[in-house]
Formats: sequence, C-alpha cells, structure tokens
Amino acid sequence: MSSTVTGDKAIVRIEGLTRRFGPIVAVDRVDLEIARGELFALLGGSGCGKTTLLRMLAGFETPDEGRLFIDGQDMTDVPPYRRPVNMMFQSYALFPHMDVAANVGYGLRRDGVKAAEIADRVAEILALVHLQDHARRKPSQLSGGQRQRVALARALVKRPKLLLLDEPLAALDRKLRESTRFEMVRLQEQLGLTFVMVTHDQEEAMSMATRLAVMNAGRIAQIGTPHEVYEHPASRFVADFIGIANIIGLDGGGWMALRPEKIALSAERPALPRTVAGRIVDVAYEGDRSLYHVETDAHGTMTVSTTNISRSAGAAFARGQSVWLGWSDEAGQRLEA
Amino acid sequence: MSGRARFAFGMLAFGYAFLYLPIALVIVYSFNESRLVTVWSGFSLKWWHALFANEAMLEAAWLSLRIALVSATGAALLGLAAGYALARAPRFPGRTLFGSLVVAPMVMPEVVMGISMLLLFVGSERLFGGPDRGFLTIAVAHTTFSIAFVAIVVQARLADFDRALEEAAMDLGATPWVTFRTVTLPLIAPAVASGWLLAFTLSLDDLILTQFVAGAQSQTLPMRVYSSVRLGVDPQINVLATLVVTVAACALILSGWLTRRQRG
Repeated sequence: MSSTVTGDKAIVRIEGLTRRFGPIVAVDRVDLEIARGELFALLGGSGCGKTTLLRMLAGFETPDEGRLFIDGQDMTDVPPYRRPVNMMFQSYALFPHMDVAANVGYGLRRDGVKAAEIADRVAEILALVHLQDHARRKPSQLSGGQRQRVALARALVKRPKLLLLDEPLAALDRKLRESTRFEMVRLQEQLGLTFVMVTHDQEEAMSMATRLAVMNAGRIAQIGTPHEVYEHPASRFVADFIGIANIIGLDGGGWMALRPEKIALSAERPALPRTVAGRIVDVAYEGDRSLYHVETDAHGTMTVSTTNISRSAGAAFARGQSVWLGWSDEAGQRLEA
Repeated sequence: MSGRARFAFGMLAFGYAFLYLPIALVIVYSFNESRLVTVWSGFSLKWWHALFANEAMLEAAWLSLRIALVSATGAALLGLAAGYALARAPRFPGRTLFGSLVVAPMVMPEVVMGISMLLLFVGSERLFGGPDRGFLTIAVAHTTFSIAFVAIVVQARLADFDRALEEAAMDLGATPWVTFRTVTLPLIAPAVASGWLLAFTLSLDDLILTQFVAGAQSQTLPMRVYSSVRLGVDPQINVLATLVVTVAACALILSGWLTRRQRG
C-alpha cells in the first residue's frame, strides 16, 4: 500500500543499512523510503534498533553496510556537520553556558550567517514556539516544557531537509505531552518539513505520525499508516506490540488478531457468526472504558473492552460472571507470521 | 543545642584547630617584635620590611613564581590533551596501560623522578650542549609531574559530561575543532583552571625534584627557605609563610568561585 514512495518524492532512501556493535546486529539490512513532508515514526521497544537507525540518519553512527540517501544525495559517509539534517535530542542537549537565543542561534552562527539575520531568525522561531520573552534566560532557568521547545526551535531554525526527533516527548509529564503532541504536528505542517521521530510510545506514534515503521530486533516488522498497522497487522509481533490483541489459532492453521473493542460482550448468547462462552476473571475500570479478562475454553484468556457510555454503574459485568463473547467474520485480521 | 550537636561541633573545632592553629600562629608571629619566633614581645612590621629588603629571598621567590607560571601553563595544556584523550578516545589496545602511564607520576617517588630527570638533562647536555640546568630544566621537570594532576581533573569532568552536547554542536554544523572550542572547552574550563592552580601550587613548593634538576646558579624559594632554616629560623620565614598562605588561599577561593559560576 503506502510502504514505498515514488522516486523524487522520497527525501530519505535507505538501502540495506546495517550496523553492528560487536556480535550484536543493532540494525539489520533495513530498506526504507520516507516521503517529503511526512511525519514518520520509528516505533519499537528498547534495543530494537530504532535509535541506531536515527543516529545513522544524523551521522553519529557509520553503517557497516548499505547506503543512505538524503534528498537524492549519498550521505553514507558524510559527517554530521555537513548533513542537511538537524536533530532534537532526548536530553535536549541545550548548551548550559549559553542563553536561549545563543542556543537557538548556534547553528546559524556556524553557517556564517550575519548577526542581524541571526537575530531576526532566532526571534522568529522563538515566537513560533511561544518563547519570545525567554531569549535571555539560561537553560537552567527554564521549565521542562520550555526546554523542550528551545531544543525544538534550535533544531528547526536552520530549516533542515529532515528533522530527527529522539523520543521528543519522553521527558514531559503526561498532561504536557498531550498538548505538545498537537503543537508539534502543527509546527510540522506549518513549516512543511519532514520529521522522523523515534518513540517507544505507540500512542504517541499512532496519534502523530502520517506513517510509521514498527521495528523488532534490528529489522522493520511493518510499515504503514497508523490505521493500517493497527487494523491490518502483518505479524503476531506487530499485532501484539500495537495496542492489545487477542491472537487466536485458526482451524486450518495460522493465526488471527482480534482487537478487544471488536468483540461484543453480553450475558446472553449474541446473534453473531462467532461466539464463545466464558467467565470473567478480571476487570479493569479505566474511566472511559472497562477491560475484561475472560477465561474461555476455546481460546484461553481473552481481553475484551466496553465503552462506558452510562455514568450510572461502574463496570457493567462483575468478576466471576458467566458471559458470551461474539464477533463478526471481518472483525479479525489474519496474520502472515 | 543538643548534646549530640555540641559534641559534633566540638569535634569539628578540634579538627580545624589541629589543621589551622599552626598556620594561624605563623601568621600572628610574623607581626612579632622579637627576634625569637616563640616569644611574643609586641606588634611590629619590622620582619615584613626585612623580608622585602632581602634580595636573595626575593630573587628566589621571583624565580619560583616564574617557574610555577610556566610549568602550570605547560601542564594545563598537556594535561588537557591527555585528559581529553583518556576520556574521549575510542577503545584501543593498550588504553589501560596508557591511562596508568599518565597518572604514574602521581605515585612515583620524587627521588626516582629526580634521578631520571637529572640523567636525562646531563645526557642531553653532553650530546647537544644544553639546556643549562636552571630555570628551563626545573620548569620542564615540574611540568612533567603536574600533567597527571590536570589530566585526572579534566578526565573526571569529561566523564560526567553529556556527550549529547558535543553531538548537538556537530549536528548544528560545528566541526570537531569548533565543537571543542565552543562547547567542550567552555564547559570544562573550570576543571582546567583548577588543574592549573593545582600545578601552580605543586610547583611553587616542590623541593626534592627541584634539587636534582636545578643547577648551581638557580635557587628556588623552597630551596632558599630550607637552607636558611638550617642556619637558624628568623621571623622573616613567618612573613614568607604568611604570604604563601595568602596566595594559596586566593587561588583556592578563585577555583571555587569558577566552579560555582559554572554550575549557576
């Protein structure tokens, strides 16, 4: 589907990229194309190779094999300071001995931009991230959210062809994380830049990315839009990693992934093509929804969710209660591997 | 004040008295009128005047000061390079050995260093006709054993330095040298400065190594003091000690101030 992009639209093209650390293969023969203007997410657990891949894009790691093209130019052996790429670091890496304006203007100064123009461009980008009143502050005098925006402004001010973000929201608290998510998508669209983001947080990747790559053990397990990856996982790994999935063995062999919200939960046997009886062994009330663990003879313990549309009671079913589960034929996704 | 707090403060006072009472006495007695260093007979500045009229002592002090400035600067530069290499160079065979070799002069007996340095200088004099033993040879010897102290301080500072800062600079277009100049060096400057001050103090009061490599003509301040003490103590020594303590205290305060300013 949208796993490849055509010719000149691709801002990033990666061919067979491999990086080893001693006996460990951190990135294993990865092929990938990213289109201009995308917000692309590399998603995976720790040690899956997503950060190494990002660092190879930035130039901090040299691939052992494979080629890397940015905007059609071979960047495989180009050092970081000569790449049209900027990165926002997980720790933000703000220079503690410089104020906000000097931090943001650092990259422009390296390019020999005139002082007056630096001042203008710094002021402009600081206004964009709502920090115009903090230009003379030192990083130590800023809150976590403000530091994050300085780091973003510093990486954006040179208008890179590619902006790399290493866990951009990980250091923020939950409330701030949600508003910052929208803010970053707004900036990306407003500036028309290409973002490549590394994250371990699937919710973050799903809500922000135009496309994402799920990585596992140095390889890309699946590439697609958030919708494709969620509704049409290609493998048991992806189905299990993204959201919650009930993996059910099929009669003719093979597997099927069934999302908890695609299953109907009722006291009586429902009029659906697939039904199974079971007993509730655990209930988790999460406010907007409730999650039930249902012990079934046919498929073991299954997870089912219900939306809490009524305020009256808590969870609609109680632990120990006998229930029926039902789903339609199209509810599940057949898995290739 | 509780009994425990009183006990703690008592211990503290005792400890500080043990450390600093002798120094305080030296300072007080530098203003003594009497010729005898142990008998107080009244306030006077006459020993201060005497010291500042003592040509030989002043000359020795001037030589020591110049040696300390040169050797501390040399040690700071070389120690910075060594510390940077120790902290930043990728793993290579013999890296541990290299690290140990850099710090070995800290634990090596000064007598051994003195003899080896002397043999080196004698040999080079025979082969190349120089350098003459004196200012230069002493400065070189002091630089050699001070490098280790600077290297250790710099390496420790770099060890807890966020590498992402250097990567960020390079990512923004700074070459490795510009990165070092604009990010690494400003951030480790306090460590280099305290290393410099340490090397300066070490050079200023070194006696053993200096005696091996100093020629017949040069006499540093510690050598001068040592020989004059053997002829009998004179309250000028107290004045001199007071001056040295003052310089050392200023250096310490400066180094502390540098470190604090960095953190802020």
